[in-house]
Amino acid sequence: MPHDHDHTEPPSDLELRVKALESLLLEKGLVNPDALNTIIETYEHKVGPRNGAHVVAKAWSDPDFKQALLTDPTSAVADLGYMGRQGEHLTVVENTPSVHNLVVCTLCSCYPWTMLGLPPVWYKSAPYRARAVSEPRSVLAEFGTELPESTDIQVWDSTSEMRYLVLPMQPAGTEDWNEAQLQALVSRNSMIGVELAKPASAAAQRDDES
Amino acid sequence: MIGGHDLGGKHGLGPINPEPESEEPLFHAEWERRVFALTLATGMLGQWNIDESRHARERQHPVDYLKQSYYENWLVGLEKLLDEKHLLERAAQQQENLRVPDAEGAEKILASGGPTLMPDTAPARFAIGDRVTVPKRQGSGHTRVPAYVQGALGEVVDHYGTHVFADANARGDRRGEHLYSVRFDGESLWGNESQGQSVSIDLWEPYLEAAAI
Repeated sequence: MPHDHDHTEPPSDLELRVKALESLLLEKGLVNPDALNTIIETYEHKVGPRNGAHVVAKAWSDPDFKQALLTDPTSAVADLGYMGRQGEHLTVVENTPSVHNLVVCTLCSCYPWTMLGLPPVWYKSAPYRARAVSEPRSVLAEFGTELPESTDIQVWDSTSEMRYLVLPMQPAGTEDWNEAQLQALVSRNSMIGVELAKPASAAAQRDDES
Repeated sequence: MIGGHDLGGKHGLGPINPEPESEEPLFHAEWERRVFALTLATGMLGQWNIDESRHARERQHPVDYLKQSYYENWLVGLEKLLDEKHLLERAAQQQENLRVPDAEGAEKILASGGPTLMPDTAPARFAIGDRVTVPKRQGSGHTRVPAYVQGALGEVVDHYGTHVFADANARGDRRGEHLYSVRFDGESLWGNESQGQSVSIDLWEPYLEAAAI
């Protein structure tokens, strides 16, 4: 993997090309170095899948919020402070025992940034973009997710500025859990639809380890 | 355009090999972090829109698009836009007042985003439940109608109102068209390779024709 490279090696052509471009843009005054830091800081530390997990856990534990989330998702999450770039028009799709939702962008990498942050490498990869629409059950199997044959799979190809968030099914045995406990079961992948939310036992195991 | 980016349904691309969620870094190299920030920061100059940006990445030989990594394609797109808009030369001449956001400005732009909903200027041609077809070969410019759905028959399942039409916006023409969610049966898209799924795609009105019933 590129991040494992030996730092005594000379910089790659790509590194040099990007450095040259950044120097040029700074020299011409076309970008502000503080703005660059703010952009990186925002997506490394502020906007990420914790936002989406908060929304999902709240929907599981608060029926009124769930209703609002499914009716007018963009406003419902804005009321929690989540709004902005790549989350301007949000649609929430709910998993049920009969329908499982899966989100992809076959043409580029559209993804609900305000809810999940920046997409992982696999979401942007050619195999995922190619196969999520044509063979979703095989794709789910690669993530270790097996669904009953009776569950319909609904794939959402994000071709416009509408952004899709999957509301996973609440794991069995967590009916009396509070929002913070539930949040620990909501993985990023479950909100894309390639996995289910973690089972109640996952939280217990984590407690045992700590 | 049906370019290297239009990947839905392609065979032969192999397994996905996802990194485990808990172990995946946001960026895999420092240069990726810089390309990401530079792309967003230069976008904030208002010299191009998101559809021009997507089109700049798409306008490559399909072999290059597929061989390069994700952020490499972003870099190619950014270099192309800077060149085509003559931005470096224009900045050197210092005759225009380009507004370069500082940290606070950038934060505001990220927080407000770029909504695409527009006022309706025409009645919607289609209603929920209508059956529609997607004509083939919709042009060699930027479009958001994937190749795999061209020629297929689907059903309108939602109407999102009037949104900035990507195809026109990529040519610098910001105008709205009605946007629908259209659902296609897996078998109509993939024949006997279908795994029983249905696929919903956001499609603007100019992409669609009423199906002959």
